Amino acid sequence: MGPTRDAMTQVSIKVNGKMRKALIEPRTLLVHFLREQLNLTGTHVGCDTSQCGACTVLIDGRSAKSCTIFAVQAEGSEIVTIEGLAKDGQLHPLQNGFWEEHGLQCGYCTPGMIMSGVNLLSDNPNPSEKEIREGISGNFCRCTGYQHIVNAVQNAAGRR
Amino acid sequence: MPAAPVLPKLVGQRVKRREDPRLIQGRGTYVDDVKIAGMQHIAFKRSDIAHGKITSLDVSAAQAMEGVEAVFTGAQIAEFLAPMPIGTPFPSPDHRAVATDVVRYAGEPVAVVVASDRYVARDAADAIMVSYDSFPAVVDPELAMTGKPTVIHEGFPNNLAVPLVPSGTGVSPDGKSVDDTAVDRAFAQAEVVIKQRMLNQRLVPNAMEPRGVVANFEPGKGTMTIWSSTQNPHILRTMIAAMLGMGQDQVRAIAPEVGGGFGAKINIYGEEYVTAAVSKRLGIPVKWIEDRSEAFVATTHGRDILGYVELAAKRDGTVLGLKMRLIADIGAYNMLLTAAIPTLTMLMANATYDIPAIRTTLTEVFTNKTPTDAYRGAGRPEATYFVERAMDMLARELNMDPAEVRRKNFIASDKFPFQTQMGAVYDSGDYAKALDAALVHSKWNELKKERDAAKAQGRLVGLGLSMYVEVCGIGPSATLPTGGWEHAQVTVERDGRISATTGASPHGQGNETTFAQMLADQFGVPLEHVTILHGDTAVVKQGIGTFGSRSQAVGGAALHMAGTKAKSKMAKFAAALLEAHEDDLVFENGMISVKGAPARGKSFAEVSHYAYIPVPLPEGLEPGVSEEAFFEPTNNTYPFGCHISMIEIDRDTGEPTLLRLVAVDDAGHLINPLIVEGQIHGGLAQGIGQAMIEEAVYNSDGQLLTGSFMDYALPRAIDFPRFELHSTVTPTPVNPLGAKGVGEAGTLGSTPSIVSAAVDALSEFGVKHIDMMLRPEKLWRIINGPRHSSGQGLRQGSGQGGVA
Repeated sequence: MGPTRDAMTQVSIKVNGKMRKALIEPRTLLVHFLREQLNLTGTHVGCDTSQCGACTVLIDGRSAKSCTIFAVQAEGSEIVTIEGLAKDGQLHPLQNGFWEEHGLQCGYCTPGMIMSGVNLLSDNPNPSEKEIREGISGNFCRCTGYQHIVNAVQNAAGRR
Repeated sequence: MPAAPVLPKLVGQRVKRREDPRLIQGRGTYVDDVKIAGMQHIAFKRSDIAHGKITSLDVSAAQAMEGVEAVFTGAQIAEFLAPMPIGTPFPSPDHRAVATDVVRYAGEPVAVVVASDRYVARDAADAIMVSYDSFPAVVDPELAMTGKPTVIHEGFPNNLAVPLVPSGTGVSPDGKSVDDTAVDRAFAQAEVVIKQRMLNQRLVPNAMEPRGVVANFEPGKGTMTIWSSTQNPHILRTMIAAMLGMGQDQVRAIAPEVGGGFGAKINIYGEEYVTAAVSKRLGIPVKWIEDRSEAFVATTHGRDILGYVELAAKRDGTVLGLKMRLIADIGAYNMLLTAAIPTLTMLMANATYDIPAIRTTLTEVFTNKTPTDAYRGAGRPEATYFVERAMDMLARELNMDPAEVRRKNFIASDKFPFQTQMGAVYDSGDYAKALDAALVHSKWNELKKERDAAKAQGRLVGLGLSMYVEVCGIGPSATLPTGGWEHAQVTVERDGRISATTGASPHGQGNETTFAQMLADQFGVPLEHVTILHGDTAVVKQGIGTFGSRSQAVGGAALHMAGTKAKSKMAKFAAALLEAHEDDLVFENGMISVKGAPARGKSFAEVSHYAYIPVPLPEGLEPGVSEEAFFEPTNNTYPFGCHISMIEIDRDTGEPTLLRLVAVDDAGHLINPLIVEGQIHGGLAQGIGQAMIEEAVYNSDGQLLTGSFMDYALPRAIDFPRFELHSTVTPTPVNPLGAKGVGEAGTLGSTPSIVSAAVDALSEFGVKHIDMMLRPEKLWRIINGPRHSSGQGLRQGSGQGGVA
């Protein structure tokens, strides 16, 4: 991305299990690297101040807002995006939970919300409702009022 | 023949959504996911002042940047793009998609950059130098109405967009003849009069997906394809064709996955016209994606209606009359439906009550703010809020239970259809039933004891109750400039699968599921054999779109009609095959068979095959089964309900916490209760957000102070308790489904119930009304007494107008 080829830099980042190398502008945000270089458009951009969480991915197993870091900062890291969550055609328990519990409407916040949920359950496999609400409070949803999202996380945790 | 498995009836079931597998795996395609070879990116240079004249605009640095394809000033855009049309009959000033001379709100576009990628486009936009001769800005509509300190548009003295429209008892339909006798008599006979100024504050809709457009004009073909995050692709097509001088046959509009709309994606925006016009001008595909900070100022806002409300009543609680003087701050320009939205506030002034005399007036005022337009509820939450708050103040004044003062004034259930004082005809209703359900489910009497016990311990706990009635299923063609029908087509494919199109283009409503449930039941086939197509004018022949809670009540009705026609034709083919009469056939379990003789049947697929290779062709039949329908509703639908809130306010900090929210909603027959719950939850969240934390705040210079998610409090998961939902069912006679619509309902009852609960919690301080939102500092001042209530330096200092 960008016009000044001489200022390009190479990054090597493992994404969804595959090593990806690309020449990018140093200022390229990780989310734009994923969306535009790798065509992984499941990771969304919902704001420009790191509040909404639509861009949440896992970096080395921890949730992170990919609009808030440069792709070069992820050099050598291992990233999982929403596209990499299902394995061998099997939905991840959180994806399944969102489907079962009607945890989404327009679907725009959903990938980021699911990735935050993955992080939450890896830290705390058996969260209370309050812990779930706190755990997903870095992610905005304007459609659902969050109740079905809480149910979805509970479902994934085997609580529903 | 082996017995087919028995298929369950799906309508009324909690069927999980068919949209979800792609969305939970990141495989949906939103506008920003659309890529076309050779595509360039647009960025807008926007005014950073609220009011002023452009004195110079230097684009040379931008133009010189590597990767910049083109830069257009407003004047250059005006050479090939006419001023923007509106969809209401009110007079409107010229509105250019890109300002040519004077800017009237911060965020108004002044230039357009086209560049090789979005970073370069933004760099170039930032490199454009603009100088302005600043004018005074006006952000207070009541000040603006005096014509001071500025007049925003020539030809609109005192900034009046709509000078004064009366409506209600004694007013002729054209508004020209006004007879005050009945209203004056009501107030003369009153034993108690409630008077309150209330602000229904400005909100920012904030769909999680900002807007975006991709336009691809193909010079060789002379056609335009436009992808947009819109609620109504067919209206977009109509408007783009008109503005670009093209035929509607030459324009294809696509609403791909749309990441929420909430009314703000009904309007056809300047950015849509500009992106399309620039694509046509340059002969290349172009994309524009809105940033969130841009969305805060560039996407229409909602609400911002001031109400002077007066309620006349007897001391037994009988309401005699209502006056409501409305002042709508519509911002700097009229958009597609802007001027019409506050008229819905007048329309719904009757609320759920049999009020003998009502007078409303409406004035719409220009200010130097982002224009308003529809936002979830669009005029009806404002009406509900004004009337329900006044009813609550009446209950408090008379020391009556808020439920009982409402019950005393309900339109009786045997009076429907009910002609209101405001010209609406409520289709059906049973308000006491909804109230009773809410009282039972919330255990109202125990709640009151709980509140009293908490108060006795010194806690500030309050209860609030609100009724609402909504206008949904919008609406007969006479009420909409686009037409108020909806279209559907149902095709039985050669293999017995069913494809159907709907003009009700969804953005999260789940039509692919609910509509498939309906057709699966209608044809007796599995859900998996039905595909619902939408959102592409090349696939969906005609349509209006999704707003006004109309998808099911109007779009669903059209689908049902088209399905009925297709089924009738299938029955004719089956009758020929089975040598039976078409009226004697049943469609179930994937079979069409003779009633009472299930062995005499053919599979749905066999009949479908015959329909396309009809040898012999039954007399009077054309081959194939593909039937369409336009459903024109005879009336709106009027769903209703009762919401009860319990809140606690921290005595030390003023911070409010919502403890309970019990909602009883009556939307008529429900196709998919799971999806309906989701719709109600979302509406409640926005209604609670308005009551408690959301507000678009401008400073006196016309700068939006809450212009990002850092400053505008969008509700998070921790802001809500678990909502408690219940329903009653009062079907509508307006459509064959008996379904009323439910998308906006949650925003109506929740808001006044919460504010009334806050007033109840703070009753010991003599407060009668609190303007939204319930900012802790505002509540703290009420708790801490008059010496803290001056509100000096605070824009919302008048927010405690009801303090005794």
